[in-house]
Amino acid sequence: MNAWRQPGFWVSFLLIFLAGVAVLVLRQDTLRETAFTVLMFIALASSLNILMGYTGYVNFGHIVFFGLGGYFGFYLVSEMGWPVYLAALGGGVLSAVIAYIIGCAVLRLRGAYFALATIGVNEAARAFVSNFEPFGGSTGLYVNFAAYDRYGGAAHALWFTFILLWLVTLAVVVTSYLVKRSRFGLGLSAIREDEDTAMVMGVKAPQDKTKAFLISAFFPGLIGTLYFFKNGNVEPDDAFRFQMSLEILVMVMLGGKGLLLGPIAGAFAYERLRGYLIISPMFKDLHLALSGLILLLIVLFVPGGVVGWLRERLPHYRRWLE
Amino acid sequence: MILQVQEVHKRFGGLQALTDVNFEIAPGEIMGLIGPNGAGKTTLFNVINGVYPPTKGQVVFREEKITGLPPYEVARRGLARAHQVVRPLNDLTVRENVMVGACFGRERLSLGKAAQKADEALAKVGLADRAGQLAGSLNVAQKKRLELARALAANPYLLLLDEVLAGLTPSEIVGMMDTLRNIRDEGFTILMIEHVMQAIMSISDRIIVLDYGQLIAAGKPGEVAANPLVIEAYLGDPDMTARLMAE
Repeated sequence: MNAWRQPGFWVSFLLIFLAGVAVLVLRQDTLRETAFTVLMFIALASSLNILMGYTGYVNFGHIVFFGLGGYFGFYLVSEMGWPVYLAALGGGVLSAVIAYIIGCAVLRLRGAYFALATIGVNEAARAFVSNFEPFGGSTGLYVNFAAYDRYGGAAHALWFTFILLWLVTLAVVVTSYLVKRSRFGLGLSAIREDEDTAMVMGVKAPQDKTKAFLISAFFPGLIGTLYFFKNGNVEPDDAFRFQMSLEILVMVMLGGKGLLLGPIAGAFAYERLRGYLIISPMFKDLHLALSGLILLLIVLFVPGGVVGWLRERLPHYRRWLE
Repeated sequence: MILQVQEVHKRFGGLQALTDVNFEIAPGEIMGLIGPNGAGKTTLFNVINGVYPPTKGQVVFREEKITGLPPYEVARRGLARAHQVVRPLNDLTVRENVMVGACFGRERLSLGKAAQKADEALAKVGLADRAGQLAGSLNVAQKKRLELARALAANPYLLLLDEVLAGLTPSEIVGMMDTLRNIRDEGFTILMIEHVMQAIMSISDRIIVLDYGQLIAAGKPGEVAANPLVIEAYLGDPDMTARLMAE
């Protein structure tokens, strides 16, 4: 399959692969924690990109799937005693099912109306979980420490979780590449450019949009489970942070929507910048204002994002900047 | 019969856009659809390819009722359309635009085969050297050709062409007419709306005329052109016209 011979895919894949290998070789806890956060945002941004970049539907509620899937997976690990990888899969599947249900209702809407509906979904999910007793209501759930013992104690469990997240991130990159390079992906681009025309040309827009939404939502469920398992607790305010949805969106825009490398570069750059701003005394409360400013500047001046801009400037290297 | 339109009515609120429209197209036929502005020609196309369901009546395509099916189902059954107002997928390349037609049209080709088919279709309409360009960067005449290539790449049983000559300069029209003749010679069945009379009269086997949502005439191009009802629809009262011309 000549799709695998595209250098653009290998650039993205190897960047993440080698970063993970480096962390595993160096074995420092602080480095692992930083890498965990960066990989998590890369995976979240890349999965959002499947709906937002490829299909053109701006989703302000991506974090809902992270929260709901994460809650469910956490419940499976901690209360039901499932191994964390199976629980994560369970979280992913639940997120995908919820996306299917939500999709049937809100994917009929287009443009700004769809975007508004996704904001509502986020608030609804938070309100539901805060009042749902099996998930601990507004105080949330704390991990049952026996869940860590299975992996030889908390320290080992954290490394194990990191490896799982690393593999999930690689899976997101591969999936997003396969979608982009498939007939299905071509249909999604057609929907993004002009949904009515796409339908006249034979693209089954309602079904294809729902599929894209489902794939896009599956991964945050996995990632949420791993994140809350690593943290040892989950609560509504942590699981449904609207601000996180916005930040993921900024990452996709910053790097370049619709590109494979875009969300990876965007997530890495934004995350590093935020890390710096949070510890700097001058900006520590201002990082959100700054992300708003970044979004504004990107939308106004470089709608293709950083990678998109580079692709335009360096046509000879375009194959490498997929 | 490849297409049968039976007693089709379409009403938008208080506007009766189509009233009791009946006609049939035989395989291999080129049917011209003419009529003054606002007669309902594009609405008729929209009803045929599933953009709107008719208020009443049936559309039968290759012996199957397609009334009320969504446009993508109609497209998959082998009906392709070129729009009057060009609608390229701007951020895709010209080739990718045409590939969408090939991938999701009647034959549902794989990506590799669709790319081949796209290049063939682009060669037919004379856009082969633009294949790698973004569709948004084409000029109007080229976008018209792109519309045509997308519809051709679907390899449809029936092509709906909505004013592919509109907005072109006289020399571009001559070029486009050659392309249309080549397509006709390949054996496609075509239903086309056109305002450039000389063009449609020379290329069509039969012509139907729509006025205020009703079919007022049908027949060979020469008969239709001489029909007093048609002249009245376009120019007003024929006696009056004759008198004015005499003065």
